[in-house]
Amino acid sequence: MASLKKIARRSFLVGSAAILGGVAFGTYKYHQPAPNPLEPGEGKAVLNPFVFVDQSGVTLIAPRAEMGQGVRSSWAALIAEELDVDPAQVNVIHGPAAKAYYNSAMMAEALPGRGYNASDFQHSLGQIVGNFSKFLDLQVTGGSSSMKDGFTRMRLAGASARETLKEAAAQRLGVARALLETENGYVLAPGDVKLSYAELATEAAALEPQEPELRPAAQWKYIGKPVPRIDMTAKVTGTAGFGVDTRIEGMKFAAIKQNPHFGAGMRGFDASTAKDMAGVEQILDLGDAVAVVGSNTWLAQQAVEAIEVDWEPATYPKTTDAIFAEIEAAFDGSANSTMRDDGDVDSLPDGAELIEAEYRLPYLAHATMEPMNATALYTGDALEIWAPNQGPTVVQKAAAALTGLDTEAVTVNTTFLGGGFGRRIEVDYTNRAVQIAQQLKGTPVQLTWSREEDMRHDYYRPGAIGRYRAAVKDGKAVMVHGKIAAQSTTQEGAGRMLGLPMSGPDKGHVDAAFNQPLAIPNFRVEGYIAKPMIPVGFWRSVAASFNGFFSDSIIDEMAHKAGRDPLEFRLELARAEWEPAAKVLETVRDMSGWTGTTPAGIGRGVALAYSFGTPVAQVIEVADRDGDIAITKAWIAADLGLVVDPQNTEAQLFSGLAYGLSAACFGEITFDNGAVEQENFPDYDAMRMPSMPSVEVAVLQQQKHMGGAGEPGTPPAAPALTNALFDLTGKRARELPLNKQFSLL
Amino acid sequence: MSKTLRINGKTHEVDLPDDVPLLWVLRDEIGLTGTKFGCGVTACGACTVQVDGEAMRSCQLSLGDVEGEVTTIEGLGSPDNMAKIQQAWVAHQVAQCGYCQSGQIMQAASLLAENPSPSDADIDEAMQGNLCRCGTYPRIRAAIHSAAKMMQEA
Repeated sequence: MASLKKIARRSFLVGSAAILGGVAFGTYKYHQPAPNPLEPGEGKAVLNPFVFVDQSGVTLIAPRAEMGQGVRSSWAALIAEELDVDPAQVNVIHGPAAKAYYNSAMMAEALPGRGYNASDFQHSLGQIVGNFSKFLDLQVTGGSSSMKDGFTRMRLAGASARETLKEAAAQRLGVARALLETENGYVLAPGDVKLSYAELATEAAALEPQEPELRPAAQWKYIGKPVPRIDMTAKVTGTAGFGVDTRIEGMKFAAIKQNPHFGAGMRGFDASTAKDMAGVEQILDLGDAVAVVGSNTWLAQQAVEAIEVDWEPATYPKTTDAIFAEIEAAFDGSANSTMRDDGDVDSLPDGAELIEAEYRLPYLAHATMEPMNATALYTGDALEIWAPNQGPTVVQKAAAALTGLDTEAVTVNTTFLGGGFGRRIEVDYTNRAVQIAQQLKGTPVQLTWSREEDMRHDYYRPGAIGRYRAAVKDGKAVMVHGKIAAQSTTQEGAGRMLGLPMSGPDKGHVDAAFNQPLAIPNFRVEGYIAKPMIPVGFWRSVAASFNGFFSDSIIDEMAHKAGRDPLEFRLELARAEWEPAAKVLETVRDMSGWTGTTPAGIGRGVALAYSFGTPVAQVIEVADRDGDIAITKAWIAADLGLVVDPQNTEAQLFSGLAYGLSAACFGEITFDNGAVEQENFPDYDAMRMPSMPSVEVAVLQQQKHMGGAGEPGTPPAAPALTNALFDLTGKRARELPLNKQFSLL
Repeated sequence: MSKTLRINGKTHEVDLPDDVPLLWVLRDEIGLTGTKFGCGVTACGACTVQVDGEAMRSCQLSLGDVEGEVTTIEGLGSPDNMAKIQQAWVAHQVAQCGYCQSGQIMQAASLLAENPSPSDADIDEAMQGNLCRCGTYPRIRAAIHSAAKMMQEA
């Protein structure tokens, strides 16, 4: 164990290298450096650099997708904490696609185990397994992993840079390094001597990088405190560059029409009307889709609409009912996994009361505010892509495969993302832009999907069925047996991303079901995998988005059957299993003034879900307004162990709630004749200002390990709401969305 | 089909068919990309601009129908000289992905011009057409109240 820990620590060696007129600092990983992505100069090598210092100043590299979670700011704050620069005063860039910017934390999530009860040993092992993600080129943003991933590595990069710059100053001034201090981009020496990092850069490049100890938490200036986001001014002045805002000299605009039947081909098309329409320059046959290139996106969209296409039909079940019949059929096969199997669920304990329930949740679209888009320039021997993406190396590799170019010939520029939620880890939209660019050699082209195209060509959150048998006895939970069936996002989505077949027990498929921190003596969870039909992908909180609803709904049904207060019932089960889960329940109880009773016309529900390392409890209040129901208030408590930015974390948590409530109230993708029926926001709506409850958030930092922030707020939202609706109306919603069952305001 | 537009105090000559929505004139012709495309059917508000001070969805406002002075997010304030409402947005750290915020701010600015101290119900009414998939509504509401105060104190 000691040696494992040592290896984990050694996997974060620091390094430095000379660049033209300056120096770059970063961390080595494991023992083999990845190629230098920044090509600083001939004959020089830099290893996964995160800090650049040259004559023009300090540049920090935050190679994670900024899709609303504030990662660029938080990542920069980790570096700045040790480097002693003000994140607002230095340049922060995303940087290029590079193996060196691998995500070390996300793969660790795939380790066996429930997560919340992981030992230090497992966490060390997790870090080592995480290092393997580099071999899979996983520079990705997802899995609520950015802060876990960067927390040590980025502080080390900053500290190494600081001490090496101090050493350069020490040698220049002929004083001991120990006598020097640093402040806001300067080395301070006795006698009011002040040397900027920029002027020390070249000398620092000639030195061996220093490997200092990290500062203790008591000395932190940025970590744990709200740091104003560096993208905020740009985002409120219309100057932040999203994917659709890319403008390249000579650029054309394109629109696309793809087969509404997933994966099916195109027999032919008639563009005789379209070709003469205003603004149309070219009509392109993409093999299984058609595109129009022109002078204006809207004119191109009008023309592509006017093209009549003869599509090949769908090869999978063509209606929602037929698709769900296939999901149901998965229960007839053998279980893919039994990740929890405590006690005995086959026999009902004597005197216990049985509850049987089946829950069904629909397919869901991501519906990011910024529709899918990408810009590409293909020159024959090189390709440059500008895209709002969550996985630059994934985009790069796919584009190389599509064009036959070497990956080195493909440059990926990552813009701001107008929402990600997992949609932009896919490469279909970048590949489409590349296909068009290939036919426009030498001309940059921007492809923007219409909202309808975006809605009808997603990688959807799978539809899912949860079948539960549960029992209570003498007011206690004695048994839970859950069976979950859905298409597998891990097998289909991760397989697509990595280009590898995925097999074996799928932990992600049952996340937030098998690993709920509840002490129930007889507790089994089985995962069943439905065959691939509709393209499925990573939707905020992935399978926890449906499992959180199943596992908390059954607990609520059990509490009512047992005649217990739903919050106290959960609290008792959490206390006996994992203290941090109990603490978030207590916090949300106290914040909401939970008494177990509500006045007439008011309903309250509570839910608890553990996912991505974070336990989250939510209480939602609903109110009867003359027969309509308003969602009036929400309280959230989450324990993230250690929080890099509390203000940002709070935003992520209520954002996760809003995303979950949007799906619970309005979200449903249905199918007819093999095509998605929803087209745009009027039939795929979301929470809006009047429907959004007021929210109070408490962020705790008591558990031992860092938890994620971006996703764990989503899973408890739907059950907290349906539990509140049950409290108000006595009607249990076992299916979503709710607008089909309740009159919601 | 040349048309003269007044946008953010400047005059632009545009040569496009009359039915092209103002949104796509701004974005693809004039290069004012702060106004965003979200849905194309006036269902999300990401494309909101002001015409003579009134909030309008530019995705369904045809070029031929534009009468009056157009103000976009770029015309409201710049990074170095933000309008009070933009300052309030920064103070409350409203934006997450930020894509809808140009439209949210243009809509809110129009509300405040007409109603200097809106109630929560007024805000609900005015802002219901502006979608935010990140769910930043609680901070938008707080920022509108702050902006109202700041503008009254000024």
